[in-house]
Amino acid sequence: MACNPSEVDDMSANPIPVKIVVAGGFAVGKTTFVTAISDIDPLTTEAAMTKVSEGVDDWGDATGKKSTTVAMDFGRVGLSPELVLYLFGTPGQDRFHFMWDELVRGAIGACVLVDTGRIDQCFPAIDYMENAGVPFIVAINAFDGMLRHHPEDVREALDLPRHIPVVVTDARHRAAVRDTLVALVRHAMTMAQSTG
Amino acid sequence: MTSPEPDALQGVRVRPYMVTGGRTRSAVELPLEAIIRVTPEGQKAVGTLNLEPRQIVDICHQPLSIAEISAHLRLHLQVSKVLVGDLVHAGYLATHTATAESADRPDLQLLERVLDGLQSL
Ligand SMILES: Nc1nc2c(ncn2[C@@H]2O[C@H](COP(=O)(O)OP(=O)(O)O)[C@@H](O)[C@H]2O)c(=O)[nH]1
Ligand SMILES: [Mg+2]
Repeated sequence: MACNPSEVDDMSANPIPVKIVVAGGFAVGKTTFVTAISDIDPLTTEAAMTKVSEGVDDWGDATGKKSTTVAMDFGRVGLSPELVLYLFGTPGQDRFHFMWDELVRGAIGACVLVDTGRIDQCFPAIDYMENAGVPFIVAINAFDGMLRHHPEDVREALDLPRHIPVVVTDARHRAAVRDTLVALVRHAMTMAQSTG
Repeated sequence: MTSPEPDALQGVRVRPYMVTGGRTRSAVELPLEAIIRVTPEGQKAVGTLNLEPRQIVDICHQPLSIAEISAHLRLHLQVSKVLVGDLVHAGYLATHTATAESADRPDLQLLERVLDGLQSL
């Protein structure tokens, strides 16, 4: 593909990135959710565990063989020629929270996926988002269309404040995923308005 | 601002695990979603660069985020961030995205555009 200098000089051709974090427990459907709406097959990026706070270089081998690495998958959704949405699935375990800090920085917010068969699995994600002040919604992934618990029961079980939306989604279906993202963006707008 | 460590971009060919000269930070700290593109200077300099910076400049002929660069080139995210930061600092790559420290949540106007975009999918 030819690419002449005047073309690359035109930085207005660089779209603005926005991001949304998809969180939740193990095997709750995060990768499925991202895949359903992404323009590309989800990509995986590896990050090494670092002692960033101490500024210590502790990457081990850059091939990842000696150091502990965490893999994150993400997708990309072109919203317009000027706007690209990235969806990042959070790595599960608590010890990867160093990565979450980076993922939520500047993010629109988070969709916390819940499998009603294992509600407790989403506690760490909800605690994290609440403490970090990240706008979030809870999305119940209705495996096989079976809703084992009513959204209001889930709200109660999670002890969620009234202003946090609880929606039902289907991680396998693009339209359901889009509607879930719309619900999050609307919630983020409400939060942005109320905090001025 | 100090100039980037020259070893990381040019000069001696370093071993793969030393691609950043052991540094974990760059003069330009960008978020992982920052969208990057090659500049005319970068196109001219590409032949003088070390393997990994050259690969980055090569794939950035189309706008790509740091996360995508990292995934496509199978470089660790932090390594990609340092190298991209150095290349931006050197003027070989450019971005519109704000630096990591100044990354606020999107404002209402931007959220409105995201909403419109999602609803038209
Ligand atoms: N039947 C059904 N399976 C699902 C649904 N969502 C995810 N899965 C499956 O559950 C498994 C885990 O999903 P995955 O997206 O990898 O979960 P992650 O660990 O949160 O990324 C996969 O085998 C998916 O195909 C769903 O809504 N219905
Ligand atoms: Mg997954």
